[in-house]
Amino acid sequence: MSGIAAAAFTYAFAQSGCGSLRTRLMAAEVLLRPSGALWLEAEGALVVADLHLEKGSAYAARGQMLPPYDTRDTLRRLAAEVEALAPRVVILLGDTFHDRRSESRLAADDADRLRALACGRTLIWVIGNHDADGPKALPGERAEALSLGGLTFRHEPRAGLQPGEVAGHLHPAALVRASRGSVRRRCFVTDAERAILPAFGAYAGGLNVRDAAFAGLFARPPLAGALGAGRVHAVGWRSLAGD
Amino acid sequence: MADAAGPAPDLLPPRFADWFAGRGWSPRAHQLAMIGEARAGRDALLIAPTGGGKTLAGFLPSLIELSERPPANTPRGLHTLYISPLKALAVDVERNLGAPILQMGLPVVAESRTGDTGISRRQRQRVKPPDILLTTPEQLALFCAWEGARLYFENVACVILDEIHTLHASKRGDLLALDLARLQRFAPNMRRVGLSATVDDPEVIKNWMASHRCAPSTTSWSPSPVGTGEDFSTSDPPPRAGEGDREAVEGALGQGAASIDLVRGPAGAEPIVEILLSEGRVPWAGHTAQHAMAEVYEVIRKSKTALIFVNTRFQAEFAFQELWKLNDDSLPIALHHGSLAPEQRRKVEAAMARGELRAVVCTSTLDLGIDWGDVDLVIQLASPKGASRMVQRIGRANHRLDEPSRALFVPANRFEMLECQAAREAIAENRLDGDPPRVGALDVLAQHVMGCACSEPFDLLALYDEVRSAGPYRNLIWEDFEQVVDFVSTGGYALKNYDRFRRIVKGPDGLWKVRNAETAQRHRMNVGAIISPAMLSVRIAMRGGRGGRKIGEIEEGMLEMLEPGETFVFAGQVWRLVGVTNLDVLVQPAPAADPKMPSWGGSKFALSTYLAKRVRQLMYDQEHWRVLPTDVREWLEAQRDRSVIPEEDEMLLETFPRGKRHFMVVYPFEGRLAHTTLAMLLTRRLERIGAAPLGFVCNDYAMAIWALNPLDGLDFAELFDEDMLGDDLEAWLAESFMMKRAFKGCAIIAGLIERRFPGQQQKSGRQITFSTDLIYDVLRRHQPDHLLLRCARDDAATGLIDVARLGQMLARVRGRIRHAPLEHLSPFSVPILLEIGKERSPGQAGEMILREAAEDLIAEAMQ
Repeated sequence: MSGIAAAAFTYAFAQSGCGSLRTRLMAAEVLLRPSGALWLEAEGALVVADLHLEKGSAYAARGQMLPPYDTRDTLRRLAAEVEALAPRVVILLGDTFHDRRSESRLAADDADRLRALACGRTLIWVIGNHDADGPKALPGERAEALSLGGLTFRHEPRAGLQPGEVAGHLHPAALVRASRGSVRRRCFVTDAERAILPAFGAYAGGLNVRDAAFAGLFARPPLAGALGAGRVHAVGWRSLAGD
Repeated sequence: MADAAGPAPDLLPPRFADWFAGRGWSPRAHQLAMIGEARAGRDALLIAPTGGGKTLAGFLPSLIELSERPPANTPRGLHTLYISPLKALAVDVERNLGAPILQMGLPVVAESRTGDTGISRRQRQRVKPPDILLTTPEQLALFCAWEGARLYFENVACVILDEIHTLHASKRGDLLALDLARLQRFAPNMRRVGLSATVDDPEVIKNWMASHRCAPSTTSWSPSPVGTGEDFSTSDPPPRAGEGDREAVEGALGQGAASIDLVRGPAGAEPIVEILLSEGRVPWAGHTAQHAMAEVYEVIRKSKTALIFVNTRFQAEFAFQELWKLNDDSLPIALHHGSLAPEQRRKVEAAMARGELRAVVCTSTLDLGIDWGDVDLVIQLASPKGASRMVQRIGRANHRLDEPSRALFVPANRFEMLECQAAREAIAENRLDGDPPRVGALDVLAQHVMGCACSEPFDLLALYDEVRSAGPYRNLIWEDFEQVVDFVSTGGYALKNYDRFRRIVKGPDGLWKVRNAETAQRHRMNVGAIISPAMLSVRIAMRGGRGGRKIGEIEEGMLEMLEPGETFVFAGQVWRLVGVTNLDVLVQPAPAADPKMPSWGGSKFALSTYLAKRVRQLMYDQEHWRVLPTDVREWLEAQRDRSVIPEEDEMLLETFPRGKRHFMVVYPFEGRLAHTTLAMLLTRRLERIGAAPLGFVCNDYAMAIWALNPLDGLDFAELFDEDMLGDDLEAWLAESFMMKRAFKGCAIIAGLIERRFPGQQQKSGRQITFSTDLIYDVLRRHQPDHLLLRCARDDAATGLIDVARLGQMLARVRGRIRHAPLEHLSPFSVPILLEIGKERSPGQAGEMILREAAEDLIAEAMQ
């Protein structure tokens, strides 16, 4: 299916105790968390991408009454990560809101949950294509991109090789096929030079990492960190199937 | 050729009597009886075997009425509505009805309307209805969701429901029953006529099709602006939910069911059923009957026209391929199954009708009454799974009652041999499997409520009454109805975020109506209660990676077993998979290649409870073994000598070591679904008690579990205790892929999501898959008692995991587990053990597959 030859080099990665995958990103050491968040311990920075808050109500406005619990579900999982890691900085890596009017549809208690996240730490809204305006009434700083710990954080991955870039936007998903069946999960994609984060939002869809959108972004066949039950599975490029 | 029924000239007008006489026929007793029913204005259910002139019996009264109508200057509305479960059948009946209309010169227009009908014809039919409209339940539901449905149907005198036995016990049947209730409101004098093949219990069907008129709940609203004398003028105050209400419904239940007259056609000649033994041998395992193909081919050669039934599409492809390998005489042998493009199917049907084919390999798509008079033999490859289904299939052969139908069973393995023998005896005794009565599904009701709102404003209480007049919903409680309406309006969430997005709104006049025209339009795009797995179009690859001519459709799951470059059989030819783009599977012909056959599993039908019981009886009764072929008898004898033949009411449980594993095999004969559920639940229990189970495999007859630790010392009574259907079941079910699958079906039917969902969202021109699993997970965490989760659980419990069947089985074997601790595997266990490794277990192996893939990576990295 793919013309990419088998990788003839070894990735340095290790399974950590909490089910995360520990890997190197340029000079930085990061943890890929089973929740889909990236933890940059040296800076105390927690990074999540593509929350797509209020996607449910965006559908409801068009007549499809999806359960209105996606925002609180997403925020609850984010709050759990914040509680577990006590970060100094929380970076929302773009498309935090599903559309430009999402913030106005936000339920009061969900807005409170968001404010609570910003309490006692820096909350940074890297803006994305869905939420280019950034937050209106909510706390936090708006940024086009951000440099931290030798890494660059932006929403949409730049074309070509971008050593040190951490991005979201593409919603990577890994498909693994076996004779017993197949399994599709959200995943991290990384080649130890750059990383693309899975979407964190409850209703965010996935794009197969074999899709052409990922072509040319990596210097060598990347590794997929597939989100399993309480564990990130490191899956090699050759084991990944296209749709 | 016809019955010796006495002439009844007063029932049959001269023009019709002459027509019968002119064809050398005389009307049959049940045909005259149906005319009598019509004259008396009665609803009627006709039960007659295939070939008994059933369809004509259904239409004769309408043809007579229409021929006796005085001429009119103004166009008249629809007179008779005919509903068929299959599009092809509606088209077929249109053709068959053409003959008497033409030959008698009747001033009657009869037209079909299906999803395949061209747009101009459909538009014309809406403006100028034919006298007789032949259509499907889905089209009727669509009609009922149009504005002006009331006007369109207000003159309907008769509705004919064909092959009703295939419809009533399903969600399609629920939807049809609701639409009938609606039609009855539009046309209070409409008669209901049901046509059914032989069934075990006609009362079930009568209850389904009857109009359960109950005391009306309301005096508040007469829904028709043009209505003449609505039949609910004054009455008691509105019954809110409560016991009094329920009593009223139950009182009406009896009346409703009694108001359908039962007419029986003549019994046909006894069918002749034989079992094919290839060189007297039956294989140990397998599902394809490949071993017997040469003999099957010989039988086809000696027959005029044969129908070859199989249980799955892939078995159909396989059998077709095998037969053509043997087809040195180039006999015209065709293929017919639901995945083929409609044009291709129609071609086969037409060739069959012209008598040009010698054999058709087909699935249940041809179970129903399409009239192919020349079929003289029905072959069933692999097991029939139920006596009723088999009678129906055998009925396809020889549509003449005085000559017996001929059928040949070809068992694919030894347990199937037992099953074929049991089915053969059941058919000879005319003992059929029964259907349990059905309770209408609430997701279907939600779709119907939305459809009603799209058609015209409704009053809540009036609609409640109308819905309860439909058989499957006659016991619907007010709370459930309210919950459904709330769901239709805002999604039915505890969190009231969506009030401003309501799909239906209550107006100042107290009536509910659809929010706007766009919402109504979107609903109409999503009508119907058939949920099929995601289907991809198979197209011939063109230059530039585009898809050319469409060959048919394939289930998404089937594709997972193929890699680009590999070859497979589809639509009777060998193709090479080029790739997949969006919803197209691109292929190139690869005629010379040796195709990879994807694994197809066994039958999708569970063995009927009744047939399973007969198989157990046959197995236990050693005297009875005489009727079985030698190798099967020897197999049973070896089982008796090396293990145990269980008593009729016992369940055999064998334990034995094999390799480094310890096996436990049981033989409940309850079908693959129930066995898989049992295996899932037992695995959890075995895990808990430290037996370290490693895997399991199931087929229709048996289930095997293997573990690291010995299993023979366990307390089996406790292990198989019925309490596994409590917490264990709920805990497992909540996480299981079956709930997710069931949820998706319910969500589509109920209108929570649209059929095109998972909405292929365009993201910079790319496909983002937004799975309904995400919605399921969120809803389950935040509102576990939501209406749709309830629906999904009910569906999963019946359709996908067969909890009811499992429950009956656990009750049956309580205190009757016969444990045979063995040193080696037993003769019975061989077929099931041979299936290990061939079976797919979708959704359950996810983590293990990922873990393995991660290990692959380590191996890859260490190279």
